[in-house]
Amino acid sequence: MNNNSNLKVFLNGFFNENPTFVLILGMCPTLATTTSALNGLSMGLATAFVLLGSNVVISLLKNIIPDNVRIPAYVVVIATFVTIVEMSMQAYLPALYESLGLFIPLIVVNCIVLGRAEAFAAKNNVFKSALDGLGMGLGFSMALTILGSIREVLGTGKVFGLTLYPDKYGMLLFVLAPGAFIALGYLIAVMNKLKKA
Amino acid sequence: MAKLESNFKNMVIVLSAITLFAAFALGTVYTITKAPIEASKTAKQKNAIKEVLPASFHHLAEPIKVTDGNENLVVYKAYDANNQFIGSAVESSNNGFSGKILIMVGFDKDGTIINYSVLEQKETPGLGTKMVDWFKTDRGNQNIKGKNAGTANLTVSKDGGDVDAITAATISSRAFLFAIRNAYNAFLANKDENIAVGTQPVDSLNNVKQSN
Repeated sequence: MNNNSNLKVFLNGFFNENPTFVLILGMCPTLATTTSALNGLSMGLATAFVLLGSNVVISLLKNIIPDNVRIPAYVVVIATFVTIVEMSMQAYLPALYESLGLFIPLIVVNCIVLGRAEAFAAKNNVFKSALDGLGMGLGFSMALTILGSIREVLGTGKVFGLTLYPDKYGMLLFVLAPGAFIALGYLIAVMNKLKKA
Repeated sequence: MAKLESNFKNMVIVLSAITLFAAFALGTVYTITKAPIEASKTAKQKNAIKEVLPASFHHLAEPIKVTDGNENLVVYKAYDANNQFIGSAVESSNNGFSGKILIMVGFDKDGTIINYSVLEQKETPGLGTKMVDWFKTDRGNQNIKGKNAGTANLTVSKDGGDVDAITAATISSRAFLFAIRNAYNAFLANKDENIAVGTQPVDSLNNVKQSN
């Protein structure tokens, strides 16, 4: 019973409450960084790390933080994790940092992170909050990777650097902003259909 | 444990404590990552310099800063193992379609382009970003490697030049070629004729300073 509910908390982020496809949160990084599957995946994992860290810390501190200052306290915690991710990425994965650079600091204002802190971590124990952060983060990564793969395949004929067809046949539209909206729209439609079935 | 009451004292203490912890954590991470961040920046620049210079490249002279109009250029004169001047790597920049384009271009001692490397660009993905390989690919007249700005007209063919622009990214191409021409001028103004007499080159790449 207990195990079952833990699993449910974890899987929540993938399907029932997938941040991108169901909650439609965090659209800015979703649309902007998914020009390729790898960028989408890395952005997702960076966000997942922040979510996990902030959920755990906030869950630990939930009783010491007075209600009236909880939002500033959460923002400080989240911003700290984001800055740690940013500096580590710049130091150890400079190539990735270059393609995502601008969007990493923006994880701070990603509604998913603050949303989960407020909606879940502030009310549940540390273990469940960690599971929730991990599930939500990986669900977000999954969504971004799928979106990135679709855009990369249609736009450049490649996925994760593997060439499927020459890039002169690619539809450039999908690498640019409109393609992000179109692909995301279809993905949400598919997800809704699957959930109903 | 019961939730702390939201009175003034509690709020101030908790927020200060959290920010203090955050500051401490960030300070620690900053100290740890500072060296690797610096190293990766210089490594990138060193690799770019190596990539654009002839194979006989051995060491560099002290970088020379040149200002041309609004652009700041840096000329790295290169020497082979016998202290012979073999050309220069020039860092050059220009405003592209969106934001700054920063390139490193290598010339041999006659000013012929050996290779180039794009250090920084924020052009449109799938269009302007193609400049990274476009101007070194052999197709039509798009390859600028082996061309000399003194003899060839390094502007896009639309403007009557000898280089094919990137399809659907003429503005990026113009900006790129402008940076190349600027680099050539800076190279000409700062090259060594014949043998480097009296120029005592500084030891090695380690002295390459971070520009900009």
